[in-house]
Amino acid sequence: MTEDAALAALAPLFEDVFGEPVPLSPGLTAEDVEGWDSTRMIELVIAVEARFGIKLTTREVDGLGSVGDLAAVIARKAPR
Amino acid sequence: MTADLAWLPQPPADFAARLAAAEGRPDREAWDALADLARTRLDPARTARLDRVLQRRFPEASPAGPAWRLALLGSSTLSHLAAGIRVGALRRDLRVTVHEGAYGQSDREVDGEALHALRPDTVLLALDADALLGPAGDVGAALDRLKSLWARARAAHGCTVIQQTLLPAAIPLMGGNEHRMPGSLAARTARLNAGLRDAAVEEGVDLLALDDAVARHGLDAWHDPALWLRARQAVTPAAAPLYGDLVARLLGARLGRSAKALVLDLDDTLWGGTVGEEGLAGLIVGQGSAAGESFLALQAHARDLARRGIVLAVCSKNDPEVARRPFREHPDMLLRLSDFGAFAANWDDKATNLRRIAAELRLGLDSLVFVDDNPFERALVREHLPMVAVPEVPDEPALVARCLADAGYFEAVALTAEDRGRAQAYARDRARRDEAGGGTTDLAGTLAGLGMRLTWRSFDAVGLPRIVQLVNKTNQFNLTTRRLREAEAAALIDDPAVLTLQLRLADRLAEHGMIAVAIGRLVGRDLVIETWLMSCRVLGRRVEEGILAILAAQAAGRRARRLVGLYRASGRNGMVADLYPRLGFTPAPPEPDGAERWVLDLAAYAPPTDLPMTLGTF
Repeated sequence: MTEDAALAALAPLFEDVFGEPVPLSPGLTAEDVEGWDSTRMIELVIAVEARFGIKLTTREVDGLGSVGDLAAVIARKAPR
Repeated sequence: MTADLAWLPQPPADFAARLAAAEGRPDREAWDALADLARTRLDPARTARLDRVLQRRFPEASPAGPAWRLALLGSSTLSHLAAGIRVGALRRDLRVTVHEGAYGQSDREVDGEALHALRPDTVLLALDADALLGPAGDVGAALDRLKSLWARARAAHGCTVIQQTLLPAAIPLMGGNEHRMPGSLAARTARLNAGLRDAAVEEGVDLLALDDAVARHGLDAWHDPALWLRARQAVTPAAAPLYGDLVARLLGARLGRSAKALVLDLDDTLWGGTVGEEGLAGLIVGQGSAAGESFLALQAHARDLARRGIVLAVCSKNDPEVARRPFREHPDMLLRLSDFGAFAANWDDKATNLRRIAAELRLGLDSLVFVDDNPFERALVREHLPMVAVPEVPDEPALVARCLADAGYFEAVALTAEDRGRAQAYARDRARRDEAGGGTTDLAGTLAGLGMRLTWRSFDAVGLPRIVQLVNKTNQFNLTTRRLREAEAAALIDDPAVLTLQLRLADRLAEHGMIAVAIGRLVGRDLVIETWLMSCRVLGRRVEEGILAILAAQAAGRRARRLVGLYRASGRNGMVADLYPRLGFTPAPPEPDGAERWVLDLAAYAPPTDLPMTLGTF
């Protein structure tokens, strides 16, 4: 999966987790989005894992600085 | 394997749009639309999304009645579990509010100030093994600590208690014979969980059996060590929707929202093949082949459910006679015609037949679970009768019984003698109706010939479990739908200002057990009937007139001059909206909360002379 494809697939996930559409860009960080706290972050990771059938390690989660980082991890781990 | 709501259909493609549309509709429609969405296979994110709308739209009460208050206390992070509980309750047409206790403060909080103010209806204790057993804690001491928490919660709030069994997350140090190592946390966890069963039975506490859930779905589906370390979440948020459903089942079971009847399709559900095409000889059912035994497995499960009180019915598109032949003539069938309380085999659509079955069994449509192998029929029933539970059963017949069990439709917290005899009683009723040949009979003559005996006594300790069960589970013939905790019912036994009645019915053919409860409070010279409810199984027999005669006599014996009946519409009790006028009561100004008041002057009342039953005490 390419990072662009991962980013596109993340949009509906963000909408479900945050309850409204979130305009995603690779540079977007948690500080930019209201309500994106540590609990939300876990919800997001759980949703990503279920949607893409992957498991993120503690190290990977700790290394996430932006939406682009998340898309990169998904692109690397998700099949196809 | 994941721990999710696998028996529910996928959410609609336009989930977000429907959610937004629901929020803007009037109360009843909004509630029903949200409940429809809750009855789909929601993942954690959508569960939380639905929950946010639910909380905004119905902050406290809802069209389903006043909110049931749940306090969630534990030793680790629990806040991620509340949404699943609220949505699980919504799935059962219940509004539950969740109070989340502060992290690790359950010992102090259980009877503390904050909870006093909340007055919880149920306290759920969700402790983890680390907190309860520690590095070297004794199992017996931990059980004693829990018992004391239960007692304190009950004494402070008069609430029911749910105790979560320990998540068996400890890593074994020896292996298969872990129990031989005295200090092993894994072994102590297993011992505590075993001990909880006995303790919970003794104390009347309901268990949330997470250890059984782990046995079903695997530890990975329930517990993620990385999240335990990151956020102290013992139950992974991935399993939160199912966790919430498990909690809501227990609350639903106490409130009469568990299903009461299992309605089965025939062809390719109860046996393989189409009996109308292939005939008896062509049916796949019975020992000797894997497929034949798979269908028997569902029959066996249905029979076992019937033995513990679930009523069975058939709903099939079939020729009525042909559909009955396998039950009569096929030697391998486990189920027989006498096992069913209703049998609808004809060419009408299934929604129509399910309505008839509910009417015939005198149950609400929301008490029915319908199992059908055909996705089209399932979709049709869901569309026309959203309140009927229709599991998305797997194609593999061997897995259907397990799917039904996973769905938890028939969750129960206690068994009474009435439960064990119920399915038989319904089946006998049907046999009697069939014998009578439908609607052309002389009803008065039939009733007179039944030799009914209606007997009563005041509440007593022996009757309490069934009284509380009947009060909390009866939704239709229930004038005020006031619920009663066991401690409250016990307190009524010695209250001189209150008249309590537990009533039993027997006739020539059957002992029906306790079928009605009434509670009246003396206010001046009025006896105000705060609670009156009756099992729908004995409708149409003029039993309510017999109960009124007893109420009137007892009220007069306590020097009351009038009976005052209350009627509070609940959305489920429309069948008794006209009970008081039918019985000769006259309207009076309503209660402050809008409940109708009806008055009967005792001096002008005489019991009907043609009551087809004797009245007495037992």
